Amino acid sequence: MPSVAERLSAAGTANALHLRGVTRMFGALAALTDVTLSVRSGERRAVLGSNGAGKTTLFNCITGDFPPSSGTIRFFGEDVTGFPPHERIRRGLRRTYQISALFTGLSVIDNVYLACRGVSRGRFSMLRPRGDDGLMQSALALVEAVHLTDVKDQRVSELSHGQQRQLEVALALAGAPRFILFDEPAAGLSPTERQELVEILTSLPKHIGYIIIEHDMDVALRVVESVTMMHNGRIFKEGRPEEIESDPEVQELYLGGAHGGGHA
Amino acid sequence: MAHVLPTTAPQRLVVLERIPTPVWGIALLLLLMPAFANNFVLFQIFGWSFILGMIALSLMVLAGYGGMVSLIQMTVAALAGYVVAILGTSGVPQISLGWPWWLHIPLAILIATLFGTLVGALAVRTEGIYTIMITLAIAAAFFYFTRQNYVIFNGYTGFNNVIPPALFGVDWRQPVPFYYLTLVCAALSYVAVVWMARTPFGLALQGVRDNPRRMSALGFSVTAHRILAYSFASAIAAVGGILLVWQNAQVVPGTAGIPQVIDILVIAVVGGLAHPIGPFIGALIYALLSVFASDILLAFGMAGERFKLAVGLGFLAVVFFSPDGVLGLWQRLRARMQRRERDLRPGNGEARP
Repeated sequence: MPSVAERLSAAGTANALHLRGVTRMFGALAALTDVTLSVRSGERRAVLGSNGAGKTTLFNCITGDFPPSSGTIRFFGEDVTGFPPHERIRRGLRRTYQISALFTGLSVIDNVYLACRGVSRGRFSMLRPRGDDGLMQSALALVEAVHLTDVKDQRVSELSHGQQRQLEVALALAGAPRFILFDEPAAGLSPTERQELVEILTSLPKHIGYIIIEHDMDVALRVVESVTMMHNGRIFKEGRPEEIESDPEVQELYLGGAHGGGHA
Repeated sequence: MAHVLPTTAPQRLVVLERIPTPVWGIALLLLLMPAFANNFVLFQIFGWSFILGMIALSLMVLAGYGGMVSLIQMTVAALAGYVVAILGTSGVPQISLGWPWWLHIPLAILIATLFGTLVGALAVRTEGIYTIMITLAIAAAFFYFTRQNYVIFNGYTGFNNVIPPALFGVDWRQPVPFYYLTLVCAALSYVAVVWMARTPFGLALQGVRDNPRRMSALGFSVTAHRILAYSFASAIAAVGGILLVWQNAQVVPGTAGIPQVIDILVIAVVGGLAHPIGPFIGALIYALLSVFASDILLAFGMAGERFKLAVGLGFLAVVFFSPDGVLGLWQRLRARMQRRERDLRPGNGEARP
């Protein structure tokens, strides 16, 4: 049992995220093997790796979609390993999905309103939201922030792919996020939309840290201060973006000949 | 007080203005129905349709908004009827307790709602066909249990002479009072469901239907939401069940036999699961077919008791031609008419060959 003083000091220095020895098995297949990872509060990090490296499984373990087979996960010092996803979200964790996971039968504003409602009281409320409702106002502000005001009353199924990706990001920004997991937010976006995404990410308040999985190096390396390389379910290298980019081993494994150090 | 009125009154008017004209027409027609319809139509067709519509509406809430096909709703309704018979008065005085209406009616709704919630708690952890199987299994178990249990449910014979209390000196089983009683209950449940769909609870329920994983990634407890949807739906089914038992003046195991359980699914699907009006349309079609199909079959020289065949064929036709029920058929027809109107407008037609 740690003393009060120990707890207080742990709370003060706590990492946003601390994974220790996290392993996730799918049958006999290890999708993650002994992953130990610390991300400071407010830190922005990219997780890179080829397909099947375990990046999305890492996210699923952190959010609780797939609990780890062994190991512990601490979120701002609190052991959340056994928590269901919604309990982690209510503590300030957010995520986006590689393939948009939206409510296609509802309108844009209803999607964002639900995201705001999910992390506040009154989730079971039987009172209809009014126009001047505080949550409705923050939902409208979020829709504005991701440039979707013009289509806010349209059904999500009628949106373009790019708009759906923007909505995907908006859902993760609802409430008071403390740490966000972005799973390939730029997938399928046009160059202009990518630029808008970079602007949204870099203009997030400084206290919000995140991990981003992204194949587009131009996006990934511009919005982070540290990089974790994964390979075959293990962490294989960590460093600053420029270190990772110039690392010969990384170039061989991940960037391959196609890129040829073209980011210099 | 006076300074409040100017702000609230226009708002109310706006809400009323948003209701489209056809809805006013139908409301007026239903209200004036007893002026021109005979007792049989009032009691047997519309009364029955409103009741079946309410029970199917409870399925529509779960299937349409929650994405959960539950076959327990008819059983919830029958249980409410049984509780009314057991706690209230019936033709079986050795079992019925004879409690007053203000006690046994709320208790019946409460107990049936609790039962529906419990079944929901079991069923929501399953998906798709397994939800159907688990609710069907419980419905079948309830049927056989009531048929074999004589201490509480009076077994095979059930309870007869279960009639509504003579509130305000009115015999509520007379066709006109019963018509209005069921109309008001059906309208209230309908409004409750329409209202619920736009509340945070209702929106979240539709979110759970579209993407449960994302809902929990937004901080919602998917399980709790689904279970509460069962509670909400079961309360509506319970009221429908009490009315059904009053209409028949009896409740027997067959009130919620397997065919009756399936009928509710047929009614909801034929009417359409996309909007709460669907189940009432389905119920009206079902009631009309059940009452008149035997006459039509007799006219063609077939056995009258084969009316279920007509219901079944109608069900097949609807599911085949319009998977979203009569409601979907109507929406497609309206869209086509609007297109044609646009094409016929002067200036538009010339551009077309």
